[in-house]
Amino acid sequence: MSRADWEVVIGLETHVQLSTQSKIFSGSSTAFGAEPNRQASAIDIALPGVLPVLNRGAVERAIRFGLAIGAQIAPTSIFARKNYFYPDLPKGYQISQYELPVVAGGVLTVQVGEGDKAYAKTIRLTRAHLEEDAGKSLHEDFRGMSGIDLNRAGTPLLEIVTEPDMRSSDEAVAYAKALHTLVRWIDISDGNMQEGSFRCDANVSVRKKGDPQLGTRREIKNLNSFRFLKEAIEYEIGWQIETLEDGGAVRQATVLFDPDTGETRAMRSKEDAHDYRYFPDPDLLPLVISDEWIGRVKAALPELPAALQARFQQEYGLSAYDAATLTGSRETAQYYVDTVARAGEKLAKPAANWVMGELAARLNKEDRAVSAAPVAPQQLAGMLARIADGTISNAAAKKVFDALWNGEGASADEIIEKQGLKQVTDLSAIEPIIDEVLAANQKSVEEFRAGKEKAFNALVGQVMKASKGKASPAQVNELLKQKLGA
Amino acid sequence: MIEQSLKQLAAGLAAKQFSSLELTQAFLDRIEALNPALNAFISVDRAGALAQAQAADAARAAGNAGPLSGIPIAHKDIFCTEGLRTTCASKMLDNFVSPYDATVVARLKAAGTVMLGKTNCDEFAMGSTNENSYYGPAKNPWDCSRVPGGSSGGSAAAVAARLAPGVTGTDTGGSIRQPASFCGVTGLKPTYGAVSRWGMVAYASSLDQGGPLAQTAEDCAILLNAFAGFDEKDSTSAERPAEDYTRLLAQAPADPSKPLAGVRLGVPKEYFGDGLADDVRKAVEAALAEMEKLGAVRVEVSLPKTELSIPAYYVIAPAEASSNLSRFDGVRYGHRAAEYSDLMDMYCKSRAEGFGGEVKRRIMVGTYVLSHGYYDAYYLQALKLRRLIAEDFATALKQCDVLVGPVCPGTAWPLGQMADDPVRMYLADIYTVSLNLAGLPGMSVPCGFGAGGLPVGMQLIGNYFAEARLLEIAHRFQQATDFHLRAPDL
Repeated sequence: MSRADWEVVIGLETHVQLSTQSKIFSGSSTAFGAEPNRQASAIDIALPGVLPVLNRGAVERAIRFGLAIGAQIAPTSIFARKNYFYPDLPKGYQISQYELPVVAGGVLTVQVGEGDKAYAKTIRLTRAHLEEDAGKSLHEDFRGMSGIDLNRAGTPLLEIVTEPDMRSSDEAVAYAKALHTLVRWIDISDGNMQEGSFRCDANVSVRKKGDPQLGTRREIKNLNSFRFLKEAIEYEIGWQIETLEDGGAVRQATVLFDPDTGETRAMRSKEDAHDYRYFPDPDLLPLVISDEWIGRVKAALPELPAALQARFQQEYGLSAYDAATLTGSRETAQYYVDTVARAGEKLAKPAANWVMGELAARLNKEDRAVSAAPVAPQQLAGMLARIADGTISNAAAKKVFDALWNGEGASADEIIEKQGLKQVTDLSAIEPIIDEVLAANQKSVEEFRAGKEKAFNALVGQVMKASKGKASPAQVNELLKQKLGA
Repeated sequence: MIEQSLKQLAAGLAAKQFSSLELTQAFLDRIEALNPALNAFISVDRAGALAQAQAADAARAAGNAGPLSGIPIAHKDIFCTEGLRTTCASKMLDNFVSPYDATVVARLKAAGTVMLGKTNCDEFAMGSTNENSYYGPAKNPWDCSRVPGGSSGGSAAAVAARLAPGVTGTDTGGSIRQPASFCGVTGLKPTYGAVSRWGMVAYASSLDQGGPLAQTAEDCAILLNAFAGFDEKDSTSAERPAEDYTRLLAQAPADPSKPLAGVRLGVPKEYFGDGLADDVRKAVEAALAEMEKLGAVRVEVSLPKTELSIPAYYVIAPAEASSNLSRFDGVRYGHRAAEYSDLMDMYCKSRAEGFGGEVKRRIMVGTYVLSHGYYDAYYLQALKLRRLIAEDFATALKQCDVLVGPVCPGTAWPLGQMADDPVRMYLADIYTVSLNLAGLPGMSVPCGFGAGGLPVGMQLIGNYFAEARLLEIAHRFQQATDFHLRAPDL
């Protein structure tokens, strides 16, 4: 048997830290990086007698997410206590949602792969619920003891759970990336993965192709980069298939991924899993969300990536892949939309090429956000117009773009003028150049006459070079053909 | 001076018959003299109380006195008090000093009251006798060989012994009403949500409610005015406009000889069945007759689910308690075992050493009923019973204005009698726990004396947020009787 005989089944649970100023049940700040325990109030450290009060900003973000994935927003949902003992869990229970989550259902359609192999995949979401984060246990720097930092305790999280709909690590990563884009797009999280604002647990199982029964799953905890997500799932798939093919059995377990070794290892098995004794938190009333509140949140929702992708494909004729790339972030999409708005819809395709090509490359190289791009959409649009009307060649456009990037002029027109990049359309100026080139490249001329098409291209290249990119390639083609009697 | 009601003391302060300093000194001296025998207080803050009294006198001199300025009070040691330790009568919190005041404490402080100290109770408010206190039981001032009731036993004993004119208590299954009944004082358990639970250390969050204990219904109304009302720090606090709980008391009745004219008294037959002691039955029947004399009408009603309230309560309350008390783990504050081998060992030893027997019993019961596989059979069933019990009350309260019955099947029993029989003790809560399950307000009003001269309390149960009405009926009754004015010889 081989890997091709097996089907992989993956479901993801993602913890998204919500971007509220204060915690979900207390007024403490959620800012990252403060001195340990400086952002832990009486409520966060669970002093006797304290009570939680729900932060409506967290609820509003959950509603925003629910609307963005077309889910049901529960008119009434319940906060429950998840009971277990751990030093970084001050109350001895985590306030979460269990039987009635705030968001149920919904879908996220993602682009998997690139180019010809790209395909769209729709992932169903099971639910999304609000809960509080725990603190952190610090096991280093304390000889024989552990340190507890409760700054993170009570930070609002939205736990987003999918159905077991993904069939490869590529699909899982595509989903995670699309989700990451979405939560930043609708501004419910900063999505900062290094700081733990976006972490995934992957439930992975394998089964023989055609088997209607799901295999036994193992849950990989706390993956905080797309690379680790991919590596961990790949390792886990390999391990499970190998185990089964060797006649072994996969036992339900929670596992951790070690990025150093690239391996997963079991943390605890199902037998010693906690009994969390969930029950409704009597300190909090049922969370009631009115239609009116949902309506207000809906009205303030930006156009979503999926809608924008569809529009880019239908109205601008972009490929699904290009549309997905351009909606990789709200800022990129906005930049593109602004560029097209100024350049005109006819230039939507070259605009896409420039935004995904030259602009993305420069931003990436200089590690800049698109919002900090030195070339404004208006400037890029101005340049695209000059390419379209033949004023400059593509080669000259690169120079114009560089100059704009470096602040050498306020507009493409100014730079074209200053640097003399205008395409030469005057035949009398090009003819002498062509004559010169033909005289200097007799060998190519002979080869062309002998039937070598490539030689013609070489000659065009020489002419363009000699004209310093100012000649119009179309005109050069035309003239050369005349001169060579072709 | 100390024999006077809170209202009379307030009038005396206002008339400058005595200063708050003198008054406070008198109560502190009496506490010093009697507390060794009664054990009603866990902590007494002499220096703090005198300083607050002086501040109250200064405020009065400056013309800034309110109705409660300079009145000495005490708090059940379940309410957090900034700077004065809050033990919950547990070894676990023997050394715990809260950095903040409970809302009830803060509001009474803002009203200018003087805090004498913290009163004894059952550990974490779990118990009906005050015997589950790490600091030993408070004693019943009417007979020091008997329990004062619980869990707010110290609060009731303090009022009965005139160690304070008003004391706060908490009531989860009868913990204000039953000790008030045993000690012959007036106690009110408000509607769930009427009084903020912020800073009131939780036993069972969906049942706990703070309230006053004092000599008279009028005093309870005055205290409630100071500390009840919406609090944004408690999500279960009811968002209602502020209320004057004394408003109905001041109104003169149309016919002074029939101040309870037209009031329909619902008498639940289940509250007068087997198990009710004869002396208690007689006292409550006599009180009903007295109220009929005052113009009230007796209506026979039924609360058929009464018996089910005990099992429902002893599932729900321990379930919530098992979770509420998880924070006492020895990690951040409170008792931590001196030696332990690892984290689990630290948890086990710290909690085994820090909690008393009854608390452990309820944590174990609560953990069990919430466990996977038992939740549906116990916890969910209990929630269903809870709804049925609330429906019982809703039906009965359609037929009458207020329900009347005993608070407890008997009078105060001897210390140690129930120690080895927790279930028998739980069964004594039969008339009180159902109210907490329904969230309704209830009062215990002194209505006579039973065998051995022990006080008997009558329970008044009203509809949601009908405290003012309950207080009015109790007040009319108290104007016609003197049970509430009698004090034990000490």
